Amino acid sequence: MSADFLYTVEVILNGLMAGVMYSLVALGFVLIFKASGIFNYAQGVMALFAAMTLVGIQTGQIPFAHLINAVFGTDVHHFGWQVPAFFAIILTVAVMVLFAIIVEKYILHHLVNQEPIILFMATIGLAYFMEGFGDIMWGSEIKTMDVGIPSGGSLWLEEYTVGWAAEGERYWGMYIDKLDMVATAVAIILVVSLTLFSQYTKTGRALRAVADDHQAALSVGISLRAIWVIVWSIAGFVALVAGIMWGAKSGVQFSLSLIALKALPVLMLGGFTSIPGAIIGGLIIGVGEKLFEFAVGPMIGGATENWFAYVLALMFLVFRPQGLFGEKIIERV
Amino acid sequence: MSIQNTTADQQHNPAVLLDLKHISLSFGGVKAITDISFDIYEGEVRAIIGPNGAGKSSMLNVINGFYHPQQGEIWFDGKHRQAMKPYEIAYQGIARTFQNIALFKGMSVLDNIMTGRFTHMSKNLFWQALWKGPAEQEEIANRELVEHVIDFLEIQAIRKTPVGRLPYGLQKRVELGRALAAQPKLLLLDEPMAGMNVEEKEDMCRFILDVNDTFGTTIALIEHDMGVVMDISDRVVVLDYGRKIGDGNPDDVRNDQTVIDAYLGVSH
Repeated sequence: MSADFLYTVEVILNGLMAGVMYSLVALGFVLIFKASGIFNYAQGVMALFAAMTLVGIQTGQIPFAHLINAVFGTDVHHFGWQVPAFFAIILTVAVMVLFAIIVEKYILHHLVNQEPIILFMATIGLAYFMEGFGDIMWGSEIKTMDVGIPSGGSLWLEEYTVGWAAEGERYWGMYIDKLDMVATAVAIILVVSLTLFSQYTKTGRALRAVADDHQAALSVGISLRAIWVIVWSIAGFVALVAGIMWGAKSGVQFSLSLIALKALPVLMLGGFTSIPGAIIGGLIIGVGEKLFEFAVGPMIGGATENWFAYVLALMFLVFRPQGLFGEKIIERV
Repeated sequence: MSIQNTTADQQHNPAVLLDLKHISLSFGGVKAITDISFDIYEGEVRAIIGPNGAGKSSMLNVINGFYHPQQGEIWFDGKHRQAMKPYEIAYQGIARTFQNIALFKGMSVLDNIMTGRFTHMSKNLFWQALWKGPAEQEEIANRELVEHVIDFLEIQAIRKTPVGRLPYGLQKRVELGRALAAQPKLLLLDEPMAGMNVEEKEDMCRFILDVNDTFGTTIALIEHDMGVVMDISDRVVVLDYGRKIGDGNPDDVRNDQTVIDAYLGVSH
């Protein structure tokens, strides 16, 4: 095999894995949009908040330490213990469920039957609130996420593939980050279990029912409020997974909340209402931007990854506005 | 078949399942229902008729808990019913269909009817997430009952089809199936035959009567087709402009002068 071919394969693989990371974020959007018709602007901030909470609990940080110090003139910052990653994750999930209950009780419940744009505005407010709240609670410094996920290139893969190139060519083997592999595995498990849950359980059916028709759902005994709490909890859990993966990759910091912007083109490709769409959309964007950077980037000065996804999304908007898997928009006269 | 409900002997001393006392409902200044009282016996088919805008659907929505009347009392199954949320009403044993079909369009016929079992499935999220074990057993037991409903309504052939793709008449039948799956004490049908052709109407009539006969389910229905109403109902209540103007056997109601005036118009 020629080295060029191997490079291309490597680029595609890395693109697929980057795509999985985008899909993880897009998934949270789709879940909430399907069930309640809300475009949740706060999804990215939820990922940041979940990641901060996880690191905070794990390292035994005292919540609101800055606030306490400012008010009482003390100097506290840590409890002095470490919580194992597994328990910290469970505690963080509990926090996200609590968050879902609060969102339903104090925001959604008061905005039932409002226009989508009003609900959207409410989530913008929520995003800024959570951003500030997260900072007050856990401090705004950059934190490192360490839940024991391996990272760095896979040596085994490099050594295994190094001999594949044709003789005389310079090739050092395939470089794939172990973190990306774990992220891919986690994403696959997450999507498969979410799909099975929504297909084959009572609550899963109720989730789909609410997405289709509120009145009919009420008439068979489904409580919309309970369903919204469940949906936001699941979205919070997905945000936590995205937060862990992105946090482990690039540190837990404010820019984490901006990954939401990367999810937008994914949603335009995959459609706002399709879980498989979110996955395929993410993969196409991931592969597309890596291949484009690899093949066309050097000719036009590089850094194409910043805009490629958005241009692709724009083209989709022109030719297929409902996305690849979105419900077809049919106007009957 | 196991969709059995207690059947009251209608000949002697019928038991009252639902008793509406002096119900009034208004939206702002608009009065939809003014001081209406009537009752529904266990095991009967009760029709609610009246010209457009008479308050029939509002009445159904009051029974179903979508609307809360400003005045009046509702007695259901021997108990005074407090104002409760529509989904709680479903747990009380009231199921309904809608005038404009309200099905879950993206879901299959089977899944739609399975949602009708929602109130009968009690295993919590933990067991559902585990899937194997109690939740699976519950799923299987309920699935069996749903298959009975599907057989009963003769829709075996379309059970895996997304309902959005079905023709209108079949969608109405699936909606009936979803309500039936709940094994309700009281089944509310809002214009079950609207927009159907003669053949479909005959089918639907047959199913409604079969449901009533086989399972003893109490049925309250709104219908515009007078022929159908007179054929299948035991008692009829007539509404006009939000008031009750007639109540009784189909024959009595048909010959009632006030009712005839309301339908044909009268010169004042």
